[in-house]
Amino acid sequence: MENLLGIDVGSTTVKVCVLDCAGNILHTSYTRHFAQPAECLLRALQEVRKFGKTFSVAVTGSAGLGLAQAGLFFVQEVQAAFAAVRRHHPFADAVVELGGEDAKLIFLTGGVEQRMNGSCAGGTGAFIDQMATLLDLSVEEMDKLSLEAKTVYPIASRCGVFAKSDIQPLLNQGASKADIAASIFRAVVDQTVSGLAQGRRIQGQVVFLGGPLYFLKGLRRAFREVLKLDDEHAIFPPTAPTFMAIGAALSAQGQPAMTVDELEERIENLPSGRVAVGKPLFSSQEEYGVFLARHGKSDLQFENIYKYEGDAYLGIDAGSTTTKLLLITPDDKILYSHYQTNKGQPLEIVVNRLREIYSLAGGRVAIRGVCVTGYGEDMFKAALKADFGIVETMAHFKAATHFNPDVDFIIDIGGQDIKCFKVKNGAIDSIMLNEACSSGCGSFIQTFAKAMGMEIEPFARRGLFAEHPVELGSRCTVFMNSSVKQAQKDGASLEDISAGLSASIVKNAIYKVIRARTPDELGQHIVVQGGTFLNDAVLRSFELETGKEVVRPAIAGLMGAFGAALYAKENTSPETLLSTVLTEPELERFGYTSRGVTCKGCTAHCNVNILTFSDGRRFISGNKCERGAGLRKNEKKLDIYSYKYETLLSMPKRKGTRGRVGLPFQLVMYEQLPLWTGFFEECGFEVVLSDRSSRELYFRGQHTVASDTACYPAKLLHGHIESLLDKGVDFIFYPAESYNLDEGSGTNHYNCPVVAYYPELLRANNERLTEENFISPYLDPNNEKYTVRALTRALRKYKLSTGLVRRAWRAGMEKLRSYHEGVVNEGKRILFEAEKAGMPVIVLAGRPYHVDPEINHGIDKLLSSLGLAVLSEDAVFEEGETPEVGVLNQWTYHARLYRAAQFCTRRAGVNLVQLVSFGCGIDAITADEVRSILEGGGKLYTQIKIDEINNLGVVKIRIRSMLAADAERRRKQ
Amino acid sequence: MNEQVPVFPDERREEYTILAPDMLPYHFEFLAYVMRGHGYHIEILHDEGREVIDEGLKHCNNDACFPALCVIGQYLHALKSGKYDLDRTALLITQTGGGCRASNYLSLVRKALMEEFPQVPVLSLNFSSLEKGNSLKLTPSLVLKLAYCVFYGDLIMTCFNQTKPYEKTEGDCARVREECSEKVKKLFDSGAYRKLRKNARMIAEAFAAVPYDYGHKTKVGIVGEIYVKYSPLGNSRLVDFLLSEGCEPVVPALLDFVLYCIVNTLNDAKLYGKRSIVTPAYRIVYRWAKRKQRIMNEVLRAGKRYEPFHEFEHLRSLADKVINQGVKMGEGWLIPAEMAALAESDTENIVCAQPFGCLPNHIAGKGAVRSVKKLFPRVNIVPIDYDPSATKVNQENRIKLMLASARNNH
Repeated sequence: MENLLGIDVGSTTVKVCVLDCAGNILHTSYTRHFAQPAECLLRALQEVRKFGKTFSVAVTGSAGLGLAQAGLFFVQEVQAAFAAVRRHHPFADAVVELGGEDAKLIFLTGGVEQRMNGSCAGGTGAFIDQMATLLDLSVEEMDKLSLEAKTVYPIASRCGVFAKSDIQPLLNQGASKADIAASIFRAVVDQTVSGLAQGRRIQGQVVFLGGPLYFLKGLRRAFREVLKLDDEHAIFPPTAPTFMAIGAALSAQGQPAMTVDELEERIENLPSGRVAVGKPLFSSQEEYGVFLARHGKSDLQFENIYKYEGDAYLGIDAGSTTTKLLLITPDDKILYSHYQTNKGQPLEIVVNRLREIYSLAGGRVAIRGVCVTGYGEDMFKAALKADFGIVETMAHFKAATHFNPDVDFIIDIGGQDIKCFKVKNGAIDSIMLNEACSSGCGSFIQTFAKAMGMEIEPFARRGLFAEHPVELGSRCTVFMNSSVKQAQKDGASLEDISAGLSASIVKNAIYKVIRARTPDELGQHIVVQGGTFLNDAVLRSFELETGKEVVRPAIAGLMGAFGAALYAKENTSPETLLSTVLTEPELERFGYTSRGVTCKGCTAHCNVNILTFSDGRRFISGNKCERGAGLRKNEKKLDIYSYKYETLLSMPKRKGTRGRVGLPFQLVMYEQLPLWTGFFEECGFEVVLSDRSSRELYFRGQHTVASDTACYPAKLLHGHIESLLDKGVDFIFYPAESYNLDEGSGTNHYNCPVVAYYPELLRANNERLTEENFISPYLDPNNEKYTVRALTRALRKYKLSTGLVRRAWRAGMEKLRSYHEGVVNEGKRILFEAEKAGMPVIVLAGRPYHVDPEINHGIDKLLSSLGLAVLSEDAVFEEGETPEVGVLNQWTYHARLYRAAQFCTRRAGVNLVQLVSFGCGIDAITADEVRSILEGGGKLYTQIKIDEINNLGVVKIRIRSMLAADAERRRKQ
Repeated sequence: MNEQVPVFPDERREEYTILAPDMLPYHFEFLAYVMRGHGYHIEILHDEGREVIDEGLKHCNNDACFPALCVIGQYLHALKSGKYDLDRTALLITQTGGGCRASNYLSLVRKALMEEFPQVPVLSLNFSSLEKGNSLKLTPSLVLKLAYCVFYGDLIMTCFNQTKPYEKTEGDCARVREECSEKVKKLFDSGAYRKLRKNARMIAEAFAAVPYDYGHKTKVGIVGEIYVKYSPLGNSRLVDFLLSEGCEPVVPALLDFVLYCIVNTLNDAKLYGKRSIVTPAYRIVYRWAKRKQRIMNEVLRAGKRYEPFHEFEHLRSLADKVINQGVKMGEGWLIPAEMAALAESDTENIVCAQPFGCLPNHIAGKGAVRSVKKLFPRVNIVPIDYDPSATKVNQENRIKLMLASARNNH
């Protein structure tokens, strides 16, 4: 019998193992392949020679599929794991395996089931790498730090992009890296539990496999804690990293013998695959030279800071990943510039740079004005005592105008975000920011470069003259990873991949963020900026894709800072001779401490971070409302969201004698709670509401979530069900309604499929629900006769007479009507008060369940704190007419949106912000319609996508940009 | 917004070329042929590849469902090809009028055309009186023929899928398919298409005559969203992939979906009292179609070679065991019902094909898997997401995983 050779080629590593014919391990190796799996494998095979002449060979792994084309026996990865587990851990109940880009879960007992991560799933090794890069740590360092953690923050786990947006504010607020590291590991665990287990509990003896779980103690600990496993039940085999290779080798039994030479030959002769390829970026060095010369023209002049005497203005752009400073003279020459990644310590960087400026200037330069912009604007402004702060979109606009006064389109691709705005009549006309699920920003190339073991600059440069740039997708990093994987499998070179990545960043920006249909839509005078455009390959890709020559200032990465400096220059009054910014001696003494606390001001329980500066001043961040900031709350409460929420919560009042009915306070109940409270109380039941939504509640129901890509409100519902089951109600009532109330605004009046049929999913996936304790009749609320019949039947156990049910139904409908009336009246009051006080009004338009503070993350409170009055779509839609829409207007909630938008177009000072839940397919349709209704009526459209993430920072920028743009528009008119 | 929608001049239909997406390769071939007989020159698009998807991404909200992107991509790719006289070209799309996004494809197509091809009218093929001004004029004789397109498409598809994996000589099945298709077209010409029993026998016998090896093949069922279930562009040629893996693809009949749509209106009447004058008509059509299904099944059973279609009443009773028939948006209760029917007839491996983020599929696809498994513990169901950026490797990997564990269980 031959010795067995198992090969596992994964997305990032090559694993090889040799077993003797009895299955004993003779040799294992584990190497990172840096995108060159074939070469790496050939090297690894050299060591195999000493274990025999011929072998029975089997391959596995995501990139191993390609090797199967060489006529090698391929074993599916999970099968390989299966084989190895059966041999080495026969008593295991479940296996969790995390690889570079895959996560797998095998249930061995109680019905064998095998799961792999879907196409949308972070929570893998690559995700951890990415997060480590973000923290500027090696994975090992991050692991070590995580063991010292004191707090675990909630971090979105589903996707790297979300996680980043959760982590960035934490970093900027000065949360400790140890805590963040532990939180990242926790997020990976959450992802495995919700994404893979999907309703099955991971219990019993669990074997943990794969590189990350072998190397990272912090990750191991997180798994053990969340799954509540002790040492006996959590098994971390010493062979974990090469486990799949061992499994492959075990499966190789019976395969024809093969010499190592033969094997090598087959690998070398692998047919190079067919990859979709694009055109080269540059065909010749000359072409590149012309390109460079053209862009060289957009530059600023320099002034020598060692000699210069006179005034100066400082702009600081505190971005989410980088900090930029620019000091200019009154005639816009650069005295000093700086660009640096934050490395999680943005404040230190700025303070040090300021010190440097003071020392370089040697007392000759008078800094008359300092302006801060960007992500950390508030904190920096407070810490440094800067004179001004402006929203970053305005800063970029100012800077772009300097280079091209006719500019009509600006696109800024930074490390973490993409910002685009159109300019009309000298004012920002519309703003587009990348939403939750559109990565493809600068840090994305950086992460890839690192994964390939290179620095970003040489990596990007190698793409410039690639002959066959690969076509990669344009969606999400995780997808991109698999596209790259496929390209590698098909033999694309590093050059081709580099060029392909540059192109996909551009495509992502144009087609995903801007959603342009033709390049002409962007505008005629385009200014591109942001650090990512300093990368010539990206710039070239952009010009090729749009077919336009664009302006890229040489200071593309510093435009925010430049705009801020210009703003400081323009807004410093002639009397002000010196800025309020910290002076040199003050800087010497500067220091700060940071402390995280949970604010108990309201139910939101924000994680608040308090910075205390050495001179005793304090800065508080992370709070959603003004309460945590120690300020008094807005006395005149003009916020219909809190009115609705509180009114609904106080609905159930009466005690009943027939029994206790549980109503899950989510989705349709945000609309129909008055109806069902009225109905059941009239029938003589006591109504029990589920607990208020919270992340904890979500986690409670997470194990029954069947479809991870459903919207957050739907996924939260699982927690509400658990909460009611734990409260011991007699039964839970949640109706299934294909149709909602007919409000006469559309051709039909459907509910969305998720709202309509979620009870089916709950029943199918929660073992605790039975026919007895979960009642969900199919109803059409427009038809009393049938509804009464269906309800009588559904509640037959309680022997309610038809007469009683009808009376109760009518009472419920009456209660619903009066609730709506209350909302409309409150809306009128708010509008009246706001107009009297000259306050701008925002119609925060979404779905009824967006009232839930866990779903809207307190956006209404944020708006209030910005001095805005908040209305909702259902408070105003009756005042608006049903506009003509280009789509089928057939959903009740969506018809309200259209009418609310129509209402806004008729009211000065009223703007609409649309809330969209991530994963809401129907809003892909409504969003475009609402936009065109608003824009047709001369209003700005702003959309905010919400998910599990809680990142009000970005929301705030959007709202402020909208207000600034609106103010500017009105000023011009 | 609606005022500038170009209208299809039905009286000049002969002058127009009407493009239709490649949604149902078997059925649309007949549909196009039959329509040609009624003066509509329908051309089924076969444009494929990355550019088609890119066109879709460029011209449609990227959060719209994948089928919309595919269809719109195919249209625009074709219109840009220069092959068509743009002033004499129209597009055809189907609409069901259900509570799912799919009913909005038509609007999305119009929006996509607005910029570059404002003159191209979009025709709707629907049975819900939508788009009155711009829908195909469905005369009773045309509707009848369309019904037979469904029957013959189903028959050929089913026989082909059950023969192809076992054919001795590569190409035999394709040839027989071609021959049968031509014969069916002639039947439509001669009017003999209504002799269903005879013609069905002809088809079944033609396929049964293909020389075959009877080896063991793993049967893999395909259920899911209607477009990605049937369209090779939508599902990355799933049937071909399964064949290459040595499996027998089991694709449930389109007639199931048609009957499902009809039954939903009947269910609406029962559940919510939503009756109209056409409700009794639906009932008659339903009975008629079921009779036709019975005839086809009798023929298939008589040949002893082919697995018949799922009896629709039986499908409904299976549905009742796993989900409520009130779930009627998208493919709704039909998906778990088909899963159960497949499991029951020894097709224990099932691919549930769905567009990424498909709303009804959260409930009736992924959400119902557990219920089906409870009923049929041996069944293996793998939901596969189709998406413009999902790579074939990933999709195929997951199917291979299912197949590997299927082999393990044997």
